[in-house]
Parts: sequence; C-alpha cells; structure tokens
Amino acid sequence: MDLLIQDVPTLVFVVVAVPAVLAIYIVGTEYLVRLLPDKQRPRVRPWFWVGPALLFVTAFLVLPALGTVVTSLQDHDGNFIGLVNYQRQLGDFPTGGAWIAIRNNVYWLILYTLFVLFFGLILAVLFDRVRYESIVKSFIFLPMAISSVALAVIWGFMYSYQPADAPQTGTLNFIVVNVFHQAPKTWLSDPTVNNFALIAAAIWGITGFAMVILSAALKGIPGELLEAARVDGAGELTIFRRVIFPLMMPTVVVVGTTLVIFALKAFDVVYVMTAGNFQTDVLANRMYKLLYQSDNPGGASAVAIILLIAVVPVLIFNLRQFRAVEARR
Amino acid sequence: MTAQAVAREEVVRAPAWSPAWISQRLQKVLLHVVVIGLTAAWMVPAIALFTSSFRHFEDINSTGWWTALAPPFKFTVDNYAKVLSSGNLGHSIFNSFMISIPATVIPTTIAAFAAYAFAWMKFPGRNYLFLALVALLAVPLQLTFVPVLKTYVSVGLVPQNWGFVGVWLAHAGYGLPFAVYLLANFFRALPSDLFESAEIDGAGTLTVFFRIVLPLSVPAIASLVIFQFLWVWNDLLVALIYVGGTENVAPVTVTLANLSNSLGQGWHLLTAAAFLSMIIPLVVFISLQRYFVRGILAGSVKG
Amino acid sequence: MASVTYDHVVKRYTADVTVVKDFNVEIKDKEFMVLVGPSGCGKSTALRMLAGLEQISEGRILIGDRMVNNVAAKDRDIAMVFQSYALYPHMSVYDNMAFPLQMQHMKKSEIDTRVRNASRILGLDNFLKRKPRALSGGQRQRVALGRAIVRSPKVFLLDEPLSNLDAKLRGQTRVELQKLHRDLQTTFIYVTHDQVEAMTMGDRIAIMNAGILQQVGTPGEIYDHPANLFVAGFIGTPTMNFVPASVSDSTAKASGFEVELPKSLPSGKGTLGFRPEAVTDRVAEGSPQFEMKVDVVERLGSDQFLYGQVGGDQVTARVDPRMAVAPGDRVKLGLDTRSMHFFDAESEQALL
Ligand SMILES: Nc1ncnc2c1ncn2[C@@H]1O[C@H](COP(=O)(O)OP(=O)(O)OP(=O)(O)O)[C@@H](O)[C@H]1O
Ligand SMILES: [Mg+2]
Repeated sequence: MDLLIQDVPTLVFVVVAVPAVLAIYIVGTEYLVRLLPDKQRPRVRPWFWVGPALLFVTAFLVLPALGTVVTSLQDHDGNFIGLVNYQRQLGDFPTGGAWIAIRNNVYWLILYTLFVLFFGLILAVLFDRVRYESIVKSFIFLPMAISSVALAVIWGFMYSYQPADAPQTGTLNFIVVNVFHQAPKTWLSDPTVNNFALIAAAIWGITGFAMVILSAALKGIPGELLEAARVDGAGELTIFRRVIFPLMMPTVVVVGTTLVIFALKAFDVVYVMTAGNFQTDVLANRMYKLLYQSDNPGGASAVAIILLIAVVPVLIFNLRQFRAVEARR
Repeated sequence: MTAQAVAREEVVRAPAWSPAWISQRLQKVLLHVVVIGLTAAWMVPAIALFTSSFRHFEDINSTGWWTALAPPFKFTVDNYAKVLSSGNLGHSIFNSFMISIPATVIPTTIAAFAAYAFAWMKFPGRNYLFLALVALLAVPLQLTFVPVLKTYVSVGLVPQNWGFVGVWLAHAGYGLPFAVYLLANFFRALPSDLFESAEIDGAGTLTVFFRIVLPLSVPAIASLVIFQFLWVWNDLLVALIYVGGTENVAPVTVTLANLSNSLGQGWHLLTAAAFLSMIIPLVVFISLQRYFVRGILAGSVKG
Repeated sequence: MASVTYDHVVKRYTADVTVVKDFNVEIKDKEFMVLVGPSGCGKSTALRMLAGLEQISEGRILIGDRMVNNVAAKDRDIAMVFQSYALYPHMSVYDNMAFPLQMQHMKKSEIDTRVRNASRILGLDNFLKRKPRALSGGQRQRVALGRAIVRSPKVFLLDEPLSNLDAKLRGQTRVELQKLHRDLQTTFIYVTHDQVEAMTMGDRIAIMNAGILQQVGTPGEIYDHPANLFVAGFIGTPTMNFVPASVSDSTAKASGFEVELPKSLPSGKGTLGFRPEAVTDRVAEGSPQFEMKVDVVERLGSDQFLYGQVGGDQVTARVDPRMAVAPGDRVKLGLDTRSMHFFDAESEQALL
C-alpha cells in the first residue's frame, strides 16, 4: 500500500498539472501570436491550437500506419515484394484469402451501423419524453460499462446450446424450444446465423454510446422549436422526421461515421466469442491472427491497409456534410 | 410570451374524457409501455449475468439462469467472495484509476483546443487535415503496438522509470481522433452570431474559447469524458502491452483476465468480476448525467 | 461620435457573386441613418463590412477621418445589435452587458455604474440576475441594446432589431429607439426591410436594391421625389400608381386620361406615377378627371382606399372615408397634378 501514498499525489498532480500546462501553452502561444502583424495572426494561430493533437496522433497513429504501408509491401524478411501480400489477401474471390472476412465486415457494416443508429435514435427520443429518463438511460448504457470479455460471458448465457433432449440453459434456445417448439440452434457455430448472433451482441454493447451522443444533441434543440411545431399541429412522427431528425443530422453523421469505423474494426466480440471460426472471421481478427499466430506481418499489414481504404467513402460523405453546414452559417 | 404559453397549454390539455383527452392519455400510456418494455428487454442479458453471479458453478452449467428466480432459492455469494479474496483487486482498482483519469484528462484537454481550431478558425487544408484525423480512427491499434513500444524502449519511457506515463500518452494518442471529431462537431453547431458578437465586444481568441465555447459545450465534454474514461477503464489490450501483467501495476481488466486464466475453468467467476468492474464506469456515467441538460443555448438567438 | 463614410465600397464573395456594388454614402455625426431595401439586397452585408465582420473587397470605409478597412472589429469603437440578438446564453443579463466592458479591462466599479445606468434606461433593473432564456423576446432585445449602450460607442449598428417583436411592441420600441438616439447623441445606422420603420425613424434613408444604392435622402425627399421607379414603388403604402403613358411636350397621355405636366419633357414613352392620395373624390376645377370602375373597397377608419380600373390601368385612390362606394360602382375621381412623377421607359429614372 506504500504505492498508494506515493501515487495519489502523483494522480492529483497530473490531473491538475496537465490541463494547467496545456492552458499555459495556449495562453503563451497566443502572446507569441500577438507579436505578429494583424494579417499573419489568423494564419499562424490555428497551428498552435491543433499542434499538440497532431503531435500525439502522429506519434501513435500516423507513423505506425505509414510503417504498415511499408510492411505490407514486404515479405517476412523485409524484402520488397510489391503487391504480393495484397494479391494473396484478395486473390481467391469469393471464399479464399480475406474474402470471408470482407463479406462478414459488409454484414457488420450494414447491420451494426443501421441497428445501432436506429436504436440509439429511438431510445434517445423516447427517453427524452419521460421523467425517469436518467434511470432508463443508465440501464441502456450499462452494457457500455462492461468489458468485452464480460460481454462474451453474458452472451454466452444467451446463446448456449444443449442437445435437444437436455434442458436448455441458453436464454435464446429456451425460447426457441419452449415457445416456438423448434429444435435448438447452435447460434455460434451455425454459419447461417452465427454472424448475426455476434453482431447482435455487439449492437447490444454499443447502443448506449449512440444513445448518449444523440441524446446530447437532442437536448441542444431548443424546446421552443418543438413546441412551435406541436402548436402548428404537427404529429409527433412528423416532428421527428421534419424537425428533430434534420437538426440532429450532423450528429447522426458523426455517430454513423464512428459506427461504420467501429464496424470495420470489429474485433473484440468476434475474438472472444468465436475467434473467427465457423466463417465468422472479420478483417481485424484476420489481421490479428496473421500478426500473432501466423507470424505474417506483411499479410497483416495488407489487411490493415485494405481496412483503412474502406473508410475513404465515409470520409468523402463527411466532407460534403460539413461543407453543407458551413454554407448554412 | 405568457399569452403564448397559455395558448400552448390549451392545445396540450383537452377536456377530461373527450376523445382527444382519451387519445392523449393512451399515447402517454403507450409511451411508458414502450419505454419500459424496451429497457426491460435490453436488460435481459445483464439480468442473466447478474443472477448467475449469485449461483453455484454446477447450477450455472446445468440449468438456465431463470430457474434461479423461482423457489427453491439457492443463491450464494461465493463467486464474489472468491474474486474479492484472490488477487489484489483493491489495488488493481486503484491502478485502474491511476491509468484512466489522466488518460481521460489529457486527450480531452488537447482535443478541446484542436476541435476549436477545426470548428472556428479558417486555415488552408483545414477540412482535409480534419478528415485525415477522423480516418485515423480506423487504424487498427494492434499494428501500432510494436513500433510504439520500440520507441518507448529506446527513449526509456518504460513502466519501471516512468510508471503509467507511457500508457497515459498512448491512450491519449489513441483517443484523440474520436475526441476531436466529437467536440469539433459540437463546437461547429454553436451559433456564429455569438462569435461575431464577441468579436465586436473585443473578446480575443482565448476569451472566446474559455468564456463562451467551453461553458456552452459542457454536455459534449461530459459525454466525451464518459466514453474516454470507459474505454480506458475497460481496455485490456493496451494495458497489457504498455503496463504489463505484474501485480502492482495491473489494472482491473488485467487482474480479472489473470484470475479467470489462473483458476482454469474460472470463467464463472467473471460473472461476479464483471459486475464489480462495472460499478465504477456506471458511477461515472450517472454522476455526469446531470450535465446533459436541455437547451444550454436557449435564449441566445431568436430564430 | 463620428461620421461614417462608404467610399466606392464593393463586396464580392466570389468572382461572379457581387452583393454590394459601388456603395457610396456619407453618414453624418449623430445622424440616424436607415438602410432599407428588400430581403437579400445586401443591407446586412454593408453593415457587417462597417462592423469589421466582413472583408471589404474594394473601396474604403471611414469612421470619422480614420480608414478602418484593416482595423479589427473590436478596435473600431462600434457596437452592434444583431438580427438574432446573439446573447450569451450562459451569462446573466448583468454579465451579458458587462462582458464588452470587461474586455476593455475597465474597473469593476465603473462597469457596475455603466451597466446599472443602461439597465435603468432600458427598464431592465429587475432582470439583471436572469439568464436570457428566462426573458421574453422584447426583454432579450433590450438586453442586446444594453450590451451596445454600455460601451458608449462612436457608432451604433442595428440589424433588424425589431423583426421578432409583435406589432405593438415593435411600435413602442421604435419610439424608444428614437428617444435613445436623442439621449445618446450618437450616430445610429439601422438596417431594416420595413419601409414604415425607415420612414418613421430615419433622419435620412438610404435605399438599396440588388446591391446597388438607389437613393439617399430625408424621408420627405424620398417620398416626394423618388429618384427612380424602384424607390417610388418601394416607399409608401399602398404603393404608388404606375400607368404607362406617352409624353409629347408637357402633356402625358395615359389610356384613360390626359394630364398637363408642370414642365415639358422630351417626347417618348414612359411610366406616369402618382400616389393614391393624389387621386381623390374632390374634383378640382381644371384638373383632369376620370371615371374609375371600383373592384375593391378598403376602409381603414381614417381613410378609404379604392382599387379599380381607369381605362386599361390599375389605379388606387384615397377618398374621403364618408364617401359611400361599393365594389362594381363607377365613381368620378379627380387627379391632383401637383405631385406627378414620370419615369423614363428605358432607364426607369425619374424625369419629373
Ligand atoms: N457567404 C456568402 N456567399 C455568397 N453569397 C452570400 C454570402 N452571404 C450572403 N450572400 C448573399 O448576399 C446577399 C445579401 O445578403 P445580406 O445578408 O446582406 O441581405 P440582407 O439585405 O441583409 O437581407 P435580409 O433582409 O433578408 O437580412 C444575399 O443575396 C445573400 O444570398
Ligand atoms: Mg440581413
């Protein structure tokens, strides 16, 4: 426990000192900027403000990503081999290489993103209207507070399978057998359902995230606006479609973009529940396996770059979106 | 204004037992049914876990969790007792705090500055730089571990010398793209008239940021703090890489992972452990919830 | 306190989007100048260039003798009331008004005196501790004014500050603003698209259309001597009557009647303009008379307007409110030739 005594002051120091240092940095650079002639200032100032962030992401993300590009063009011993790694990953359409993973990522991309956005919006809007909002929100948020390992345990209870004659211990199979009188399903190993089972678990885990951000945006809409629409005789559904949703659009784009990227990067749930077996592989898991199990850094890097390239269309959509926002103000 | 308010009241409140009144009541009831129903359905997996955490190992494996909710009740606190006694859970909770709090404060502060610049300063390449930052969200962290670790070792930024500093910085780096993305979008939504008005009033960049932007962005910052804290708190991978598994520095996630591994078939202990490790993030969420207030911008602009 | 000069000012957003074109006007010290024009004509832009919120593409703007093209907004010693009020929503009324003074590092006691003074003038004493969201529209508008007043600026800029108030409050605030202008003895520049506001408030009025300044003058001058067709049609309700006519020497011939003009004009076609009050039921000796087929009768108590046809043209007349007329009637009306306008067909400029 001696550590404790030592560390609490450190913690307090860090929590106070870090923002203080950053504030001093910003104030200090502002004084530097003021030494410049009027015309120069707006051109120089932003770089001081974004500087620390750029420094951090460069060190922890950009440089490693650039390294990845290089590695993806090399064989195991570091010899340049051109696009061979990519060819190995993308060569055997439709079931070889990374194609199963790509197919599954498409499932993830569509189902995970849409359902989370849908649930997040619905829950945020519905909860906004009840007085016990903070309680129900906490319940929906609860899965967010669970680590991915615990999430696997929880959904293990949901999906567990016993032969048809034994009593079912899994919630879902209990319902299948006793309510629908069907044979129990092996949710995690049956390739017709297992991807959806994994996606459902992930949706459950992340919806709280979408709900919280969308709800914060919802609170930003002036109440008067909704009242005005109501007085104008608009039904609640119309108000949602015509007033709430358009006003929340920028936030929906933010949440949607983040979710798309999360879907592309989907890893935890797959890794802990099926490890990518039974045709549930996804790109991030494939990359992980190539990196740590097959000792194939070139292949892993190629997969990672494929994943990064998949983000580009989303970014273009974002660019259009905030150009539109800028044009409006 | 009051006249309008009265008019609205009248629109809302129909006379008792009129058809409009009944339909309004029905809508209200329906709303509550839907809200509570959805929440309850959402809770089923968690309730399953919670119930199971109070059950014996053999029972968990042989019967469904719902059977425990009917007599005969056979609850036990064994799982909790085992988790709390084996391993140094108390200390690892402390470690988790040591890691999570700075790893939240650092990126939030840095992101707020950057987000302000991206949202309200004009500079060449701004949009592309911003998008590049968002794109970094998609970089798989697993790929960054080796190069970053190599750098850490070469500059001596290792846990033995610097404690948690390495993991703080790493989490800050990993968290920044989302943090900047989220905050910039909220900042951008502030009415531009406020900024122009402040400019005429003689407020400089610093004043605008500290006295106008920050106070008006409390909900956005609160939600960012929640997520960053939570991700760091629940992170296993980054902690394992940059902190390692030694007992005196391990955070909760690492300790629990060790626990379930070392006890072999110990996954049932995770039921209890999961609930214990969940408490802190939930407390953080609930305590920050009051900052999600309606209409922080109300009254600033008329239309 | 200072004059303001726009000297050949141009605002261009892109090469082919020019929203203010060659804008020249001199606003005198302590003058109440109203900038008026239809929505989207560039009024706000002209004002925002003066405020320093918008770059000036060409030309110069002077406050007093100082050219301010490259002076930062905060150093121009102006105050602006926004079209939206732009109150700081997280600050109390007091802090909203104190904010600009704090920015000048003024002493606390001085700030307090000024804020209290302004709040007394505006009747905000009881609201100082409230946040803007707890105020009515009219009260918010006064806070926005207060925030401008406390600074005792050289020039006051107001961008449609009344557009969100109900009709009664608008009338009341109009009077208060004029009183404020008298008390403060400062230059006011007031932007509006409402010609009634312009006529009642301005010492002088500048009328804009499509980025071009049409005419500057006192309300009387503009009403009596509009420089062109646009101004003539924009100012005055109901609008001026316009009938196509051809002139030879000093006689103008419209489809339903002939008028003798006070002076002779070059012969040609154009538009004859006369205000509704020039068309009356009092038929004067020697002045032109015509018969109108009445379509619509509008009784306003003090006035009675008749809308109908004279020859082939639409004409509005203001007649004695006691005159009994019904739609469909044919009435004999006389034209007062003292205030006739004639506009060139090509240039639409007033020739008379
Ligand atoms: N950033 C911009 N880029 C291009 N055109 C613009 C921009 N901002 C404004 N405009 C155009 O400039 C013109 C003048 O705008 P301005 O705001 O000055 O109008 P206004 O006279 O104040 O109208 P209103 O009475 O509706 O406020 C408008 O036609 C508008 O579309
Ligand atoms: Mg305007």
